[in-house]
Order: sequence, then structure tokens, then C-alpha cells
Amino acid sequence: MTDRTIAVDYLARVEGEGSLRLRLEGGKAKEVELRIFEPPRFFEALLRGRSYLEAPDITARICGICPVAYQMSACHALERALGLRVVGPLRDLRRLLYCGEWIESHALHIYLLHAPDFLGYPDAIRMAKDHRATVETGLALKQAGNAILELLGGREIHPINVRVGGFYRVPPREELETLLPTLEAALGAAERTVRFASGLPFPRVEEAYEFVALRHPEEYPMNEGELVSSEGLVLPQERFEEAFEEVQVPYSHALQARRRGGGAYLVGPLARFALNHDRLPPKTRRVVEEIGLEPVVRNPYRSIVVRAVEVMLACEEAIRLIRGYAPPERPHVDPPGELAGASGAAVTEAPRGILFHRYEIGNDGLIRAARIVPPTSQNQARIEEDLRHLVDARPDRTDRELTDACERAIRNHDPCISCATHFLRLEVERA
Amino acid sequence: MAVRPRLAVWKFASCDGCQLSLLDCEDELLAVAGEVEIANFVEASSAVAPGPYDLSLVEGSVTTPEDARRIQEVRAQSKHLVTIGACATAGGIQALRNFQDVEEFRRAVYARPEYIATLATSTAIRDHVPVDFELRGCPINKAQVLEVIAAFLHRRRPTVATGSVCAECKRRGVVCVVVAQGTPCLGPVTQAGCGAICPAYRRGCYGCFGPQDSPNTPAWSSRLGELGLAPGAILRIYRTFNAAAPAFRAAGDAAVQEGG
Repeated sequence: MTDRTIAVDYLARVEGEGSLRLRLEGGKAKEVELRIFEPPRFFEALLRGRSYLEAPDITARICGICPVAYQMSACHALERALGLRVVGPLRDLRRLLYCGEWIESHALHIYLLHAPDFLGYPDAIRMAKDHRATVETGLALKQAGNAILELLGGREIHPINVRVGGFYRVPPREELETLLPTLEAALGAAERTVRFASGLPFPRVEEAYEFVALRHPEEYPMNEGELVSSEGLVLPQERFEEAFEEVQVPYSHALQARRRGGGAYLVGPLARFALNHDRLPPKTRRVVEEIGLEPVVRNPYRSIVVRAVEVMLACEEAIRLIRGYAPPERPHVDPPGELAGASGAAVTEAPRGILFHRYEIGNDGLIRAARIVPPTSQNQARIEEDLRHLVDARPDRTDRELTDACERAIRNHDPCISCATHFLRLEVERA
Repeated sequence: MAVRPRLAVWKFASCDGCQLSLLDCEDELLAVAGEVEIANFVEASSAVAPGPYDLSLVEGSVTTPEDARRIQEVRAQSKHLVTIGACATAGGIQALRNFQDVEEFRRAVYARPEYIATLATSTAIRDHVPVDFELRGCPINKAQVLEVIAAFLHRRRPTVATGSVCAECKRRGVVCVVVAQGTPCLGPVTQAGCGAICPAYRRGCYGCFGPQDSPNTPAWSSRLGELGLAPGAILRIYRTFNAAAPAFRAAGDAAVQEGG
């Protein structure tokens, strides 16, 4: 058992291309390398010389699964540079758009990518043969999220309506209200999803994560808030780079983030919920209490439950935002006076966790420098630690079992490799 | 049960958005899965069946030596090969590197550039292997991808919009943003297919479906100049998501000549 080399072709049901190499010595994980070989696309470089107004459209193309996250972080960072404040109905419409992306992205992961692991199918299509109603619930939820993106964003993938300072066009109230019946039905489907997910069979695992997320004084964080961690970090979000650094590893096209002077940390649903479980809207809070979900979930497999909770809160929030909406006078705000060279940074909560953008712009409004730290590159090192623990706990597994277990453990974190830089190839070496 | 045609979905350098468009067909996904065998779609299934495949949908552009080799393999295993999206059809946003020094790009993004294997250019799939049909868009329109699959199942040519975004915009009854607002727009030179969404949201088209069949870019560039766009801004508008598509590349080069 201790002298083996295994190469498995790819990890499926994740967004992006990567591979995993495990080297075992004496039944212990010696090397664990999550390799991301998604071809680099050099976004930070190709943003230079572009107008600041192009940044939301260009950075959206980093990821087809969470383009709104890129648009939001880009807008907030540039608005900070330009001294713009987006408040009132424009702010509410942004949060509504983000709710749409959270619903769409999480429903995709819960039902099409993650649930097949728990129910023992290779994919949702085969799962649908035995669990058709379940898969249809998932597709309907996903469609509800997409309905928000389509109405407010113009289309589901790479929305065209997001602009630095607001939107190109804002909907009249009656147009937004057409979403309400769909979202009311989605809220019910989301509650059923929370109950479905909490009843799945989970391996018993506890990980000692350092969680990092935004925290907002009143609401569950999406666009705004301070950076906080379960180890006591509290930092204004624009100062992200003071607490976190990225290191390059020879086996990956994605940079890996670490706490400065510390180690790996976790962002995403588990982190957000652990740090913000007291910020749930009322209906979602009641369901969370009814199922007895603990405020800090350290079992990565149970992230599917937390994702479902976030779908429900996003549906609840979306309904609240639409009911309270009165259209703004203008679809966007513009920079006051002449542009002056400036820099600005921002963090927003992408479905997979915090997403940092920083820009420097010149007097001509053109971008001089850009820096982007996506959630998956932040989680990469912590996913490797999960895998190390998994291998060490059960080194007697066969290669096939180990491979399956590792793929599942990776999917727990919904890695978006297109962001970080698509399939995963698994190699296990045993010496 | 009759043998169903075998579908494969492949990814090259891209954002995954075009293959996600397939999963975004929420109302049709299970029906499509009944008509074709989804034999290889790694993003959606861990059951990957070996080729050959009857229809391959290819997303993404070729940017690494390994991918230049892999596309040959994909073609060899595929009876029909359809490219989906601006990356596979024109090189995508990442083809902006074709106009710049990729070495310098690599250093700007990564501290240790020697770890990164990349080509100096991002190229369309057609530049490497024969392609049976190309679907445009950044991202593709999901109705169009369903049409491609349906056409393939019925052994006919796909019917997708041709002509310009302008024609689509007029059919939608949208007020022209150029005429009414003086907003720069690429609608007259861009292929239809999106539904003219940008003008419908009161912004100019940014050309994400690439050049239409017979775009008069010289005339349109001079009109963009009259609307107040400097040569640098005209260059940027052509050099975005379909920068390496021949008509847009030429229009960009002309803007450079003008001082852009």
C-alpha cells in the first residue's frame, strides 16, 4: 500500500482546469499539490490602458459563473478611487443583482455539482432519473436567480447593465415587480432546499479553519462591510493587502493567498455564515433555528447546507428589496469635476468568498495598474490542508477510494478554477 | 432504445460562461439529455466516456503549447466540431495579448514568470483545425446553442441570426442610442444574435458578437469620430472581446494609424 503512484485524469464538476498530485510516504501525505493549469489569461496586464468604464465589462470575463462579483468589486474599487458614493435605490439594485448571482451560482453548485456526491450519482442528469423532482427544484431555483440577472443585468452571463456609478438603465417599479411571483416560489423552494440539504448523510469531519469574510453592521454581507476573521482580524476592506499576501507556487498557474505572518485561511459560505449568522433575515433565521444548524459549521461537507441557507436569504432579501424599491432619479452618478489620478480598492462577497480588486487610474481616466485576488486562489492552500487531513486519517484507502474522496473534498469548496485560473487531474504517488 | 448521438463539451482558455449557457437552459436541459448522450462534459459530470463523439462543442481559445496539441486530439475524436463563443471563434479577450508583449504581461501578473507555459498569442480554434460551425458571442446566446444541437440532431444547417445588431435593434423597437443620445455604438458593424440588449438598456453595443458579414468599419469609425471618440477610444472599442476577428483587427489597426 505504501509504494504506489496513481494518476487519475481529471476532477469533474468543478469550474476550471486543474490537477491534484498526492505523494504519500509511510502512509502519510508528504506532498499535496492542488495544481491549477487553466491557461493564464493575464487580466491584470490587459486592463492597463483601458478606460475605467470598461473595467466591469472586462473583468466580468474572468468568470462566467460569477461575473457580477467581478463587476461589483470593480465598481466599488473604482468608485473609491473616484470619490463616488452609490447610495439609496442604486445601492439596493446592486444588492438585488448580487442576490440573483448568489441564487444562480449556489443552486448550480448544490444541485448540479455537489448533491450527486451525497446521493451517489456521477451527475445531476443521471440523478434526475431517480430524483426528478429534486433536480427540477434546483433548476427552478437557478432559473429564479437568472431571472433577476436577466431583467436587471440584461442577460444571465456577463450582464451588460452594470456601470461604474450605478447602471446604464434602471427599471421602473412595475417591471421589477414582475419578478415577485417567481421569487416567492423560489423562497419556498429554497426553504425545501435547506431541509433537503440538512438531511443528507455527512462524513464526520471538523476542520480548524480561520474564517475570513466581510461583516456589515446591519445586513448579511455582499457589497459592503469590514474584513473580519475568526482569529480576531478587523480591518477596513480597502486595506486587504496589509493582512493578506499572495505567493506563487511552481505547480500552479494561480497565486495562493496566505495571511501575512500566518497561514492558510478559508473564505466563502462557511466563513460568511460563521462570522455573520446573527445577520440573517427573519424567515431564514427561523428555518435555520428549526433545523438546529450550529452557528459555526466546521465540517466542509456541510457547506451544502450553508449554501442552501444563503440561497434562502438571497431570495428573502431580493423580495424585500423589490417591495421597497422606488426608482432613482438618474441611473448612475458621475465623478465630480475633472478626473484626478487616484487609486482605490474594494472587497465584495462573491458566491465563493471575498474578491479583492485594486486599480490605479490616471488623469485621463485610463487604468495604470490593476490587482485582482479571487476567492479560489485564497482557498487553494486551505483546500490542500483539508486533503492532507483526509489522506492522513485513512491512509488504508485504495487508490480509487482515495481519488473519489479527494475529489469530493475539493468540491466541498466549490472551487472556481476559471477564476483562479478547469478540470482537475489527480496524481497520487506513494513512496 | 435507439443509440443516441454522443455529445462532448471541451474547454480551452475561457471563462466557462459559454458551457454554462448549456446548463442555463433550465427548461430544456433534461429534455436535451434525453435526446443525446452527454458522453464528455467534465464541468457537469464525473462520468466521462471515451470518444469518438458525434458532436463536440468547443469553448475557449488556444493559448498554450499543450492546448495546441489537445485541439488536434479533440478534432480527431469528433465527427462534427462546433465552436461556442468569442474565445473559440476569435481568440477572446485574451487575444489582446496578440497586440502586446506577452513576456511583459507574464511579468506583470506573476512574480515568477518561469513557471508559466504560455504561447505569445491567443488564437481561434479554426486557426488549428477544421471547424464545422461557429457560434458567436461573449457569451453565446443559449437559444442559439439549443438550435445548434437541434439542427445537428435533425441533420440540417443551424439557423442563427446574421446581419447586424442594428437590424435586431429595429425589430425590437428600440430607440437608436446613436441618433437619439449620440452614444457611440458598434451595432452597425456587429453580428446580430444577442437581441440588441445593450441599446435596449440605453448603452452602445460593445461588439461582443464580433463583426457582421460585411461590416463597413471605415465608414463607421469615422462616424464614431464625429460622435466625439478619440482614435484611442475607437481603437479600444474594436479591441475588446473580438479583437483578433479579422474585420475588427483591421479597424483597430486603422485607428492606430490615426494615432490611437
